[in-house]
Amino acid sequence: MNKELKQHLILALDKQVRYDGRKDKLAYRDIKVKTGISVNAEGSAEVTLGKTRVYAGVKMAIEEPFPDKPDNGMLMVGAELLPLSNPNFESGPPGIWATEIARVVDRGIRESGLIDLPTLCLEPGKKVWAVLIDIVTINDEGNLLDAAALAVYAALQNTVFPKFDGETVEYGVKTDKKLPLNDKKPIAVTVYKVANHFFVDPNTDEEKAYDARLTVVTSDDNTICAMQKGGETPLTQKEVEDMVGIAMDKGKELRKLV
Amino acid sequence: MTYTKRLDGREMDQCREMEAKAGVIGRADGSAMFRTGKTIAYAAVYGPRNLFPRFLQNPEKGILRVNYNMMPFSSKGERVRPGGSRRSKEIAFVTKNALLPALDLSEFPNSVVDVFIELPQTDAGTRCAGINAAAIALADAGIPMKDFVASVSVGKVDGTVVLDLTYDEEAYDGPVADIPIAMLTRSGEVTLLQMDGEVNKEDMKKILQLGQKGINDIHKLQVKVLKEKYQSGE
Repeated sequence: MNKELKQHLILALDKQVRYDGRKDKLAYRDIKVKTGISVNAEGSAEVTLGKTRVYAGVKMAIEEPFPDKPDNGMLMVGAELLPLSNPNFESGPPGIWATEIARVVDRGIRESGLIDLPTLCLEPGKKVWAVLIDIVTINDEGNLLDAAALAVYAALQNTVFPKFDGETVEYGVKTDKKLPLNDKKPIAVTVYKVANHFFVDPNTDEEKAYDARLTVVTSDDNTICAMQKGGETPLTQKEVEDMVGIAMDKGKELRKLV
Repeated sequence: MTYTKRLDGREMDQCREMEAKAGVIGRADGSAMFRTGKTIAYAAVYGPRNLFPRFLQNPEKGILRVNYNMMPFSSKGERVRPGGSRRSKEIAFVTKNALLPALDLSEFPNSVVDVFIELPQTDAGTRCAGINAAAIALADAGIPMKDFVASVSVGKVDGTVVLDLTYDEEAYDGPVADIPIAMLTRSGEVTLLQMDGEVNKEDMKKILQLGQKGINDIHKLQVKVLKEKYQSGE
């Protein structure tokens, strides 16, 4: 970690100024959500957070269900940190950061029961719909996780079933049947801590200099449906409570965008 | 000759509607988007930068590395499994050979220029779109260039030679040949040439001429978007 960078960041935050000039420690950069960005996907969305840009796409497939959930549809979330989006990302199997993003987003969707998985069962033990969600990064200027979670939710809202005649899926032909979603709108907010400051939506430099972070996925009825602590510094119990509070407030704000 | 009217109504010698932009990825040293019809390619260039492991380094000049990848949700059919395939490896390889003759990497010994091509949405002609985006991105990154590269696919659909095939044309019910071509735009030399299908020698002449026509059209757009970026002073 860059010591000088961190010192500079803390001094700025002491004066309520962000590294990129934002005047509010708890302000997101300009957020834009655009759906239908890839026509061959059954659902897709782009989220831009300042200059950070993330795509999420949904493909549907017919698969054999897991033996322990024979009458449930399947859900898969993958994330690829494309080497196109950051000079430090390399080609190859997903690293720990990609895996963490995918798993936290997955938990938020799964635990909020966002997708009605039992209705995706066509023939118990034999044939179910699988919802295959992929996150890809186009430009990483910080806070990929929050952007990814928002993009995935927007892509799921945008998803329709492809035509299926009982045997094969006709991918070229989209139906007007939407994916069955509940109204919980799981939203991920990552709260960062450096020295005695909390802040959200870090840019590239701020992301290099934090002590700890806590991602909290909240759903519409104000319940928490997933959490993940990151960073090497421990958090006090009081800090955890404060960070959850911030995440709930910011979650309400972000929820209005989708 | 039974293919007398194209499935999407285009003229035989007409590319699809095209769009391009230079400088679309902030973190990259150079970047571009190129779209033809429903095929979209992004390209990012990083470098010249240090190359490790060291045995890959060339003390005489910089090397070019190209990566080609279809996003998992980009295809008309099933999800594309991430992690690359024999197909994507081959395309990356021929793309590298298509771009390299336009570059002068002699000033960058022991270094690498990385080109990453990503396709969020595909409808045939992806390697050509990738090359077109990559050429703009290399210029945007300020890599010294001796020439420029543009690429288009020429096809023979049921007896008729056509420019810039779509997926529906590639899947046409009748004999189809698909010939992706890349050329140096100044010298007209061919840097990529592949073919699936069957054509005769007379066709081949026509195919190269038609390819040259498409490449001229594409090159105009490449130059236009680079000028747009650098004249506006961004």
